[in-house]
Amino acid sequence: MAEEQKSNSKKNYLSSGELRKISAHNRKIIRKYEKERERKNVKPDEYITKMRDPMNAVEFDDLHVYFFTDIGTVKAVDGVTLEIPAGKTVGIVGESGCGKSVTSLSLMQLLQRPQGQIVKGSICFNLGDKVYDIAKMPENAMRQLRGNKISMIFQEPMTSLNPVFRIGMQIDEVIELHNPEMTSDAIKSRTIEMLKTVGIADSEGVYKRYPHELSGGMRQRICIAMALACSPRLIIADEPTTALDVTIQAQILELLRELKNKINSSVILITHDLGVVAEMADYVAVMYAGRIIEKGTAAEIFSNPAHPYTIGLMKSKPVLNLNSDYENNTDRSKKRLYSIPGSVPNPVNMPNYCYFRDRCERRFDKCAAEYPTEFQLSPTHYVNCYLYCKNKDIGGIKNHE
Amino acid sequence: MRCIPISFIETIARERASLPGSKSYTEWLEQLNESFGMNTGIMEGFFKWFGSAIRGNFGDSWKYNVPVVEKFSEVIWDSVILGGAAYILQIIIAIPLGILSARRQYSKTDYAVTVFALIGISLPSFFIATLLKLIFSIHLGWFDLFGKVGRDFEQLSPWGQFWDIAAHFTLPVITLTLVGIGGLMRYTRTNMLEALSSDYIRTARAKGVSERRVINKHAFRNTLIPIITILGGTLPGLFAGAMITETLFQIPGIGYISFEAMKSGDIPFTMFYMVFMAFLTLIGTLIADILYAAADPRVRVN
Repeated sequence: MAEEQKSNSKKNYLSSGELRKISAHNRKIIRKYEKERERKNVKPDEYITKMRDPMNAVEFDDLHVYFFTDIGTVKAVDGVTLEIPAGKTVGIVGESGCGKSVTSLSLMQLLQRPQGQIVKGSICFNLGDKVYDIAKMPENAMRQLRGNKISMIFQEPMTSLNPVFRIGMQIDEVIELHNPEMTSDAIKSRTIEMLKTVGIADSEGVYKRYPHELSGGMRQRICIAMALACSPRLIIADEPTTALDVTIQAQILELLRELKNKINSSVILITHDLGVVAEMADYVAVMYAGRIIEKGTAAEIFSNPAHPYTIGLMKSKPVLNLNSDYENNTDRSKKRLYSIPGSVPNPVNMPNYCYFRDRCERRFDKCAAEYPTEFQLSPTHYVNCYLYCKNKDIGGIKNHE
Repeated sequence: MRCIPISFIETIARERASLPGSKSYTEWLEQLNESFGMNTGIMEGFFKWFGSAIRGNFGDSWKYNVPVVEKFSEVIWDSVILGGAAYILQIIIAIPLGILSARRQYSKTDYAVTVFALIGISLPSFFIATLLKLIFSIHLGWFDLFGKVGRDFEQLSPWGQFWDIAAHFTLPVITLTLVGIGGLMRYTRTNMLEALSSDYIRTARAKGVSERRVINKHAFRNTLIPIITILGGTLPGLFAGAMITETLFQIPGIGYISFEAMKSGDIPFTMFYMVFMAFLTLIGTLIADILYAAADPRVRVN
C-alpha cells in the first residue's frame, strides 16, 4: 500500500480516496491553526521575545511555512534560519518557487490563509525597545507593524495599486493609519514630500492622478513612496525591478539605496537577478526548494561561491562581453547560456537527502545521506553541502556498507 | 400578432353575428376589418402603424377602448412600485450575502448561501409564487390569494387603503426578490473573490489596513464596477413589469395588462408594449455605459 502510494504520487496522480484523506487532514490542521490565530485578547507576553543578537533587525529561526493544498502539504519554507543585521541589505536569491517570496510574506503575515500557515519556528523582529515574535503575533497587533515598521514593495507595480483610488489617497491612507494624530493637511504635505523624495517632479499633479495614468516606473516609485512613508525599520523589496525595463531598474535601485540610507533601515531584497544583488546587497542568502543552502557576505558569495547550486546560478548569468575566447572558441556549445540541468523536486514529496543531489554535477557517495547540515567556511560564510564537510565520517557511512 | 390563433376582430364578428337578426359573420368581419384598419397586408399595415407611431400616436387599445398611452400610464406605476421594492430588497440582501460568502470562501456559510442562491436561480417564479400562496394564503391565511386590493377597500381610511395595497404587494415582491437574488449574489461573490485575490488588496493589507476596511473599501469599490453596470442596466427593467408574477397575483401592472391584451388579440396595445420594451433595453445599455464611467476612473473621458 505504501509503495503503491509512493509510485502514485510520483506519477503525479492521486486516487479519489487519497484526495479525500488529504483534504480531511488539511481541514483538521487548518482548523487547529486558524483557531489559534483567531483567539481574542492575546497577551503581549506571548509574542514578546529576545533577540539572539541585539544588532540584528530580524532573525528567522528554523521557520517552516507549509501550504495545505489539495494535492498534499507543500513545504514552501522548510527550516529557514537567517539574520538581517540592522541597517544592512540582505539579498535572497533563488529560482522561481524556491520560497523567497513566501519567507518574506510570512514576515508580514500576508500568507494566503487559511491554506498557508507558519507551522514551526519564529521570526523575531527588533523594534529597538521591544522584540516581537511575528510568527505568534495576533492580527490586530500585526497591523500596527505592517506599513509602519515593516513595509513591502511588490513585484508588479502595474497591479499593486488600487485602480479606483487616486494616488494621493492611497499614500495618505498609510500615513493616516499609523499617525492618527496628524491633521489631513499635514498628511497631504507629507505625501507630497514623499512623492518628491522618490523623484516625481510633478508631485502635486500626481497626487490627484489615478494609477492607470502613470507608467510602470512611476507606479513603482509610488509603491516605494508608500512603503517608506512611515520610515519603516525594515523594507522588504520583493523583486522590485523585475517588471521594469533596464534603465528604470537602475534608477529604482539607486533610489531604494539612497532612501534606505536616509532613514537607516534594513532591506530584504528578493530577486533572481544576480546583478541586482551584487549591486545592492551586503549579505546574500541563496535559497533552494524552501531552504537556505548558502549564505555569506556578498563578496564571499560572488567571488567564492561554494554550493554547486550557487556556482550553477553564477554560471547561468548571461555575459555580454565574451572576450577573446569568443574568436578562438569554435565549439558552439560553449557560447550557449549555461543552465542547471533538471528541475526543482516536487514540493509535495521532498526527498530526505540533499534536495539538489539529483541535479548536482559534483555529487558523490556521501550525498545519499540525510540532508546536510550547515558547514562553516568563514565567520560569515555558511554552506549546506557535504563537499565542505571536514569530518569525513559524517554521512558516508551508509554507502560503505 | 396576426399569426396568433386569437383575433380580436373575429371574436367580435362572431359575437355580433350570433345576435338575433344581425348581418352574417362574413359581412361583420369585412366591416370590422375595414373600421379597424386590418384590411391591408402585414407590411402595409405595419408601415401605416409605424407612420403614426413615430409621430407619437399609438392609437386606441381595442380591448380597453382607451388610447394606448392612457391605459399605459394608468397601470405602469403598480409595476414600478412592485419592481422597485423587489429591486431594492434584492440589492440589500444579495450584495452583503455575496460579500459574506466571498470572505469565507468554502466555509459552511459560503455553502449555505450558495445553495440558497442556486435555489433562487433554478426555481421559476411561478413555482415560488405558488408555494408562497400555498403557505401564506391558504395555510396561514395572512394574505389574500390575489388582487391588488381587498374586498372592503372602498370602506377603508386612506391609511387603511395604503396598508391594504401593501399587504397585497407583499407576496409578489417576495417572489420577485427570491428570483432575482441568486444571480446577483453569485455575481457579487465572484467579483469579490477576484478583487480579494488581486495584488492591490495585498498592498492594502501590507499597509496595515484593517481587514474590514480592506473589504468594505478597497475590494468593494472594485467589486462595485461590474455590479453597478449590471444594476444600472436592469434599472429600466423596473418599468417592464413582471408578466408572470403580476399575472399570477393579478396585480394590474403593465405585465398583467399586456398579457390580457395579448390574450384577446389587442394589436395596438401589444405593439406599444413591444416598442416600449425595446426602448427600455436601449436606455438600460446607455445607463450601464454611463455608470461604468462613474464607477471606474479608467474609462472616464476628460
